[in-house]
Amino acid sequence: MIFNIVRKELKSMFASPLGWAIMAILSFIFGLYFTNSVGNYFDVMSGAIRPAERTGVTTFVGSAVYGLASFIMLFSVPLLSMRLISEERRAQTLPFLFSAPLSITEIVLGKFIGLVVFLSMVIFYLAAMMAMLNLWADIDFGFIVANTIGLVLLVASFSALGLYFSSLTSQPVVAAILTFIALFALMILDRFLAGDPSNTVTYLSLMQHFQSFSRGLIDSADVAYFVLFITTFLVLTIRRLDADRLRG
Amino acid sequence: MSNITVEAIELTRLYGGRAAVSDVSFNLKQGEVLGFLGPNGAGKSTTMKMLTGNLAPSAGSVKICGIDMIENPKEAKALIGYLPEMRPLYKELTVDEYLTIAARLHRVSGKNIKKAVENAKARCGLSHMSKRLIENLSNGYQQRVGIAQAIIHSPMVVILDEPTVGLDPIQIRDIRALIREIGQEHSVILSTHILPEVEMVCDHVQIIDKGKLVFNGGIDVLKRSRLGNKLLVGLHQAPQMDALLQIQGVTEAELLESGMVRVRFAEGENPSEEIVKASVKHKWGLYQIALDQTSLEDVFVQLTFHDAAAEAA
Repeated sequence: MIFNIVRKELKSMFASPLGWAIMAILSFIFGLYFTNSVGNYFDVMSGAIRPAERTGVTTFVGSAVYGLASFIMLFSVPLLSMRLISEERRAQTLPFLFSAPLSITEIVLGKFIGLVVFLSMVIFYLAAMMAMLNLWADIDFGFIVANTIGLVLLVASFSALGLYFSSLTSQPVVAAILTFIALFALMILDRFLAGDPSNTVTYLSLMQHFQSFSRGLIDSADVAYFVLFITTFLVLTIRRLDADRLRG
Repeated sequence: MSNITVEAIELTRLYGGRAAVSDVSFNLKQGEVLGFLGPNGAGKSTTMKMLTGNLAPSAGSVKICGIDMIENPKEAKALIGYLPEMRPLYKELTVDEYLTIAARLHRVSGKNIKKAVENAKARCGLSHMSKRLIENLSNGYQQRVGIAQAIIHSPMVVILDEPTVGLDPIQIRDIRALIREIGQEHSVILSTHILPEVEMVCDHVQIIDKGKLVFNGGIDVLKRSRLGNKLLVGLHQAPQMDALLQIQGVTEAELLESGMVRVRFAEGENPSEEIVKASVKHKWGLYQIALDQTSLEDVFVQLTFHDAAAEAA
């Protein structure tokens, strides 16, 4: 049943121009940046004389492109997640889902997975672009896999947060702004407390946990952080929608 | 067939201490159409939301074909088709896309989806609108899509909240015929403000006012209370009322402001023939004689007003 909701979400995402536009813009920005980095690689490396200054093409292009991707997603996820529930609230279509034989958990999970699948398309496109370098260079596929997993987890966390804010209001724009503010705060948390890396608050920063992935390292502690983050906000969303049914 | 499809047991819903619906109980059998009547804010929609599991009742329970809505919501919801007051349409999709999603969500098996969609479209007169965006359809057609969505999985119980709002008279007639048709095999619950509609399509009527059931019975009971042994007689040269009282069967005669005479008669003794004869004999100038029907509106006002008076007392 979750699968049916996922299909429905993807369908309505592709039925609106917003989905296509965001996908096109993301592809354009990533493609442009990718080409740029590949070109830059030769310039920078030809200037690097000592072996210590040289880095592999995967790391060079990858960290540039994935670093940008994590930042760009900060803007694009709220735009896509804002309408997930608040649009249904505004158009009064929630009863359609509530009166179908589905539990609220299935509805929320379906919407969440639908959005993550949509964004994963862009991420896999990015991975395919990186893998293309293998035509003339030896690519470190482990690095790409780690970055891809990290980016999917990061984007899934964004989506879970966005979904929760979307369930709070019937104004999609309000949901988008709230999501953006919350995400931005979580992203730059570590910048304020950069002096003290052992600080607990720093540990909450999303970027902090993406860092190890971006170095090509899959750290189970970071995976656990993202999974917990996602679970927390999905449970909050389920509870919010359940409260609708109970309190009306 | 006497299978009970819907069983509402002492449904109560509180909104911040105020009871929007209190102690509503009723049963509905298979093949029956139940009409829900009531003034605005009486609790019709709230009751329907509770029946469909969109709203949890504060007390009481709902059983659909014996399955409890609170304990086993998924199974119970699978047996219901629901059209809320506000049509839950995804306007960015076409009619076909939307109905396919509706069929899928209501557990229509993969190979039957196409058939179910075609069938629902044919029943609601939407076949020529398949590829149109719902957004671009007229109000009436959108309403039909809403109804199609509710019947797509041929549910045991179809619940329609004000299904004929915003339709033109021809469409209303079609929809009523459709509701009658659905009502043959399944159970239908519909709410409406339009009183003649209830009389036309429903077997049972419930009048709800201020969250309480004030009338629950067959449509014939309501019809009988409408007719009530009265004649409306139009006479050009109306005689004294005493003269009319002389006629056999007449128990009461009253001259109305409109110049017509309202005549009450004893049960089973319709004096129409006698009045015509007397009128010819005495040259009263009879130009009209008909059974005086209390309009349903009056019955409705009586029922809901009595309750208010009783509460005040």
